[in-house]
Amino acid sequence: MVLIGLPFVTDSRSFLMMLTQIFIFAVFAMSYDILLGYTGIVSFGHCMFFGVGAYSVGVMMNEKGAAIGSLLLAILIGMVLSALLSYIVGMLSLRLKSHFYAMLTLAFSGLLLVLAEKWRSVTHGNDGFTFQVPELIKDRTVLYFIALVIMVLVYLGLRRFIHTPVGRVLQAVRENEQRTESLGFEIVHYKVLASIVAGITASLSGSLYVLTLRFVNTTVFSMDMTLNALLMTIIGGVGTLIGAIIGASIIEFAHHWLTELAKFHPIFERWIIFFGLLYILVVLLFPAGIVGTLRSKWHKYRKARPQDTDPSGVSTESESQGKKVNVS
Amino acid sequence: MDPILQTEGLTIAFGAYTAVDDVTLAVPRNHFKSIIGPNGAGKTTFFNLLSGQLKVTQGTVKFKGQDVSALPPFARTRLGMGRSFQITNVFPKLTVLENVRLAVQSQAGVRFHMLLHYRSRRFRVFEEGALHLLDMVLLGSRRDTLAMHLAHGEKRKLEIAMLLALQPDLLLLDEPTAGISLEEVPAILEVIRRIKSEGDRTIMLIEHKMEMILDLSDSITVLFNGKLLADGTPEDIMNNEMVQTAYLGGLYDDAVASQGHADVY
Repeated sequence: MVLIGLPFVTDSRSFLMMLTQIFIFAVFAMSYDILLGYTGIVSFGHCMFFGVGAYSVGVMMNEKGAAIGSLLLAILIGMVLSALLSYIVGMLSLRLKSHFYAMLTLAFSGLLLVLAEKWRSVTHGNDGFTFQVPELIKDRTVLYFIALVIMVLVYLGLRRFIHTPVGRVLQAVRENEQRTESLGFEIVHYKVLASIVAGITASLSGSLYVLTLRFVNTTVFSMDMTLNALLMTIIGGVGTLIGAIIGASIIEFAHHWLTELAKFHPIFERWIIFFGLLYILVVLLFPAGIVGTLRSKWHKYRKARPQDTDPSGVSTESESQGKKVNVS
Repeated sequence: MDPILQTEGLTIAFGAYTAVDDVTLAVPRNHFKSIIGPNGAGKTTFFNLLSGQLKVTQGTVKFKGQDVSALPPFARTRLGMGRSFQITNVFPKLTVLENVRLAVQSQAGVRFHMLLHYRSRRFRVFEEGALHLLDMVLLGSRRDTLAMHLAHGEKRKLEIAMLLALQPDLLLLDEPTAGISLEEVPAILEVIRRIKSEGDRTIMLIEHKMEMILDLSDSITVLFNGKLLADGTPEDIMNNEMVQTAYLGGLYDDAVASQGHADVY
């Protein structure tokens, strides 16, 4: 509720922009959580799907012009390419032990990074390029709402996904692969499926991301992007979608504030130091991530009937975000 | 009637070491067969060959008349073979109910459904089926506990419930009473007896507790050093001299000295 009303109250464009980016990174982090948190697959190259989505939109807008139709088509193309890519990578490595997937994703994302740098005629290499976006999306408030709506939709969609029979099997795979197999499930299909769902979602977040910047360059394929997703998921709580959202907010806020503080003292130029401290603190205080730790405390508190679903998921999300908004 | 399970010259070697050596065996339908033998005789390895966790080096496993030697574990499960593990093997961080529900879901063939909620009207039957099985293994009251918080004996019962959920025609039980406290043994025994009394399943059991074996079995197979030493009714086996020496010692040296000895028998 707070989030819906916010654009009408505040007139700070940068603040709105930051929230928009939080929503987008929340989508990215949630997609990563499907892999890491729900299926137990570690990926070191999740940025490749983000980048594929980003470049699809960038290139399409640049070549075909800024229209809503071609934008939607571009997002769709990004998703299809990501689905194909994740299918190929998954089929190649998910039969093997998990670190093969981690390594192969690292290799593929590296490959795509090089491709984006060298294919200058399309990508303009390292410098990237700016592009026009459809008239409608130029309005920051509209973009804000689009990102918010997409985040909520992705949250609801993925939440439903993990609560379907397939989603339950994914969690079984995370817990005990051998047992899942002896129950009669062919686990490689489930792992590939999880990687495809995660890839498509990540591609969507990449597309949105470049829409806010109206600019795309090779940083979307950088290791930092993957690390962002990893940190957001771990800080928020692995295996909880809400956790991914909260993790995304914390990291983006921390980044923003720490950079701002540079005005007061030059040491904050090195904001990354404090970032590291924050990360260490969170890991010490919340070993299972913020949501994960709070949730297990809550279960201990009312030990009688632990349930792993909270029907009020959506409202807690906006509340917890609302709180942070108030603090700021 | 055709035997439900047949092995022919079943052999597996790990390098130079032959863990299961030329075992030929047939198990009729709805039969209760126990497998005994000293530690390291290859009993669990034998089960692993039957259920597909290990690939045979030589020989074949025939299940319901079909050669399954090359099939992966999940395919054998779908054919109706269910096994429990000596080391408890459950989903530790899922609830007891969810553990069994997954097995029921697998049995129902719902594998790739990803639109409806797992508790929607269509899938609620899985939960009901799971609850019914939990009652059968005396775990109904622990449905919402995480499996990792169960006592050891309860985990074994949970495993049996998961196994039953698959409605296997052939049950492979690997030491269901291993490592559990003495007070809990009768409960497990009771569960196995209930399964047996339903009379529509073939059961193979690895156990060390002789009184339990003699009580339940229709026939007993003795493995020793990977070889089939004897196979017969409980009375035969109890009166078999070689089996007694195998357990009491002394035979090991003989067996190594004269390789053909066991085969002659």
